[in-house]
Amino acid sequence: MFEALIAITVLAILFGLLLGFSSIRFKVEGDPIADQIDSILPQTQCGQCGYPGCRPYAEAIAKGKAPINQCPPGGEAVIHALSDLLGVDPIPLDEELEVKEEKTVVVIDEQICIGCTLCIQACPVDAILGAAKHMHTVIKSECTGCNLCIPPCPVDCIYIVPAEEGIKSWKWSIPEAPLEHSPIEIVAPEGAENGI
Amino acid sequence: MGFKLWQFHGGLRLQGHKKQSMHEAVVKAAIPSILVHPLQQHIGEPAQAVVEVGDHVLKGQLIADFKDHIGAPVHSSTSGSVIAIEERLIPHASGFKALCIVIEADGKDTAFEYPTYDHTELEAEQLRDILRDAGIVGLGGAGFPTYVKLYPGNKHVVDTLILNGAECEPYITCDAMLMQEQPRKIIEGLLIMQHALQARHCVIAIEDNKRAAHTMLVNALKEHEAECIDIIQVPTIYPTGGEKQLIKIITGKEIAARARPIHKGVLCHNVATAAATRDALDGKPLISRIITITGDAVKQPRNMEVRLGTSFKTLLDECGIDRSTPYKLIMGGPLMGTAIHSEDVPVIKTTNCILSLKLEDSKIPTMPCIRCGECAKVCPANLLPQQLYWYARAKDFDRIQDYNLFDCIECGCCAYVCPSKIPLVNYYRFAKNEIWTQEQEKEKSDAARERHEFRQFRMERKKKEDEERKRLKKELLKKTTGQSDDKDNKKAAIEAAMARVKAKKEQQKKNVDDLTDAQKKAIADVDARRKQPKQATSDSNESSDK
Repeated sequence: MFEALIAITVLAILFGLLLGFSSIRFKVEGDPIADQIDSILPQTQCGQCGYPGCRPYAEAIAKGKAPINQCPPGGEAVIHALSDLLGVDPIPLDEELEVKEEKTVVVIDEQICIGCTLCIQACPVDAILGAAKHMHTVIKSECTGCNLCIPPCPVDCIYIVPAEEGIKSWKWSIPEAPLEHSPIEIVAPEGAENGI
Repeated sequence: MGFKLWQFHGGLRLQGHKKQSMHEAVVKAAIPSILVHPLQQHIGEPAQAVVEVGDHVLKGQLIADFKDHIGAPVHSSTSGSVIAIEERLIPHASGFKALCIVIEADGKDTAFEYPTYDHTELEAEQLRDILRDAGIVGLGGAGFPTYVKLYPGNKHVVDTLILNGAECEPYITCDAMLMQEQPRKIIEGLLIMQHALQARHCVIAIEDNKRAAHTMLVNALKEHEAECIDIIQVPTIYPTGGEKQLIKIITGKEIAARARPIHKGVLCHNVATAAATRDALDGKPLISRIITITGDAVKQPRNMEVRLGTSFKTLLDECGIDRSTPYKLIMGGPLMGTAIHSEDVPVIKTTNCILSLKLEDSKIPTMPCIRCGECAKVCPANLLPQQLYWYARAKDFDRIQDYNLFDCIECGCCAYVCPSKIPLVNYYRFAKNEIWTQEQEKEKSDAARERHEFRQFRMERKKKEDEERKRLKKELLKKTTGQSDDKDNKKAAIEAAMARVKAKKEQQKKNVDDLTDAQKKAIADVDARRKQPKQATSDSNESSDK
């Protein structure tokens, strides 16, 4: 009886020490779930979700504070990926948010631009190049299409244009779904009301 | 000959429809008045124009070149002047326009002189440079730059070099005609490739229904004492001419998913590419090719040697197209070709066949999949086409890759046998496109995240630096203005500074201090004008308006 008590106590202390040690030694920095969510989000940093960028939104989802349907640039694909990751049911995109059908980028009309640098400060991914009182221009390949540079522009010289045109962006579309029923009319036997 | 052949899974025995275009010898097409050269006729980077509108160019002259990476230059196919560099329709499934160089022929057909070479005196690298500059790409249909394929890398040794003359798709006969008419050129081209690759063994593979081509090649081979070359007849089963299928038949080796034939010591080139290689060493860049113009909508189906840039319309007219009934145009064969939506597109390097077929009246509707499994029986890549179909429809792109979508060669066997007439290949193309797009987007979003994080880091750093600077300035101020910072000291400092500024201002000359008489008069005039009644000015304004 007494030996058993001692053995259990010793074991408890041993495992306690082991667990305590490993919790310090193998501590995981940051929130791995938030990292995974962040890697799914499209990184436009547009703020349409109500958070200042994709990372804060990812952290909010990880803490359970935000729903998964707040990301219009990601659309359905992101919602499905998030629901897979988090094991929740997919929900349709928040209706209040505007969905962009095609990918866009912005261009600066260099004739009108006065070189105020306001758009440079607004760009979350440093995709605008320029200096005070010098011409500004958008690095097209880096632009995420978040349109955050448009409101601060005092002379309205920033326009939204489709991201890519021409053959490179052309894709095969999904073929029409086959007929669900046979085109041959099937006559229901007498007495049956709802067909077959 | 005792050469052991293997078999690949599935495949189809199709009606050839080849005889109709093989009655006549290859005809040289006339030089059209306008030639359109798209800047991208190959896999890789599009070329950049090196000529300007108004320039005069010679036949074979370089008109567009590429910088680095993988690509191919474009040459003018006759002499004339560049009349435009603009977007024109190109033969692509999208029906879109792309940048093209438009040349108006001057009818003289003056050639640009290039040096000729003897390949036995050249190193492999020099050979590759010549082929790159001559714009040679794979003429079988894919258009992959040949010089890249002739570089096996340091790690790999080419054991078997296969020259693909199978031409397994119905209707197409351009390679067969080339083999019949210019067998020596093909063998010489193959020897050049063999020299560049140092391949141990070369095989020319021909389908067993092309007897004439086989005989001509065998005879031509007798003239050359090339012991390393074998000419092999392969069974006529579609798609024998597929790269992986042909390698399986000849060597028994299977190429793994995402691997290239070179990893197994095998390389495949098209017979027409070999002939073009021979031409390149004779100082002729790739400016023309043999193409088959056939189908039941043309009266005179045949093969023609056509200058690149000639429009489909000209060729169809020459072969007597019947425009009275509706027809469809396909570039390539009926199974793997691309539908072309306009006749005003030019022949490009990868155009091997222009097929015009009369449209059938009754379109059979697509029916649901009944899971009969016929598609799996014929799939030459050993895939499960119906599973791929279901996952493509469900847009389940993870699962579809588990079923090796990317091993699909889009040969169309599955869609051909499908009793429900489901356009299966279109589903696979759709799924492949979507997956590529998603991958690109993922890359882009990773780059965006990096930039965003760096920006945040930079702003944070700047904030810290600013604070640090402010702190240092404060400390410095403390030191210079004395240890104590009571109000009197500050006040005194401010007053002293103000006095300094005042003194400086008094010392400065005003711009009205010493003026010339003329300037004084001008000032007086201006003052006088100002004092005039307002009425007068507004009147003069009105009169000037009138």
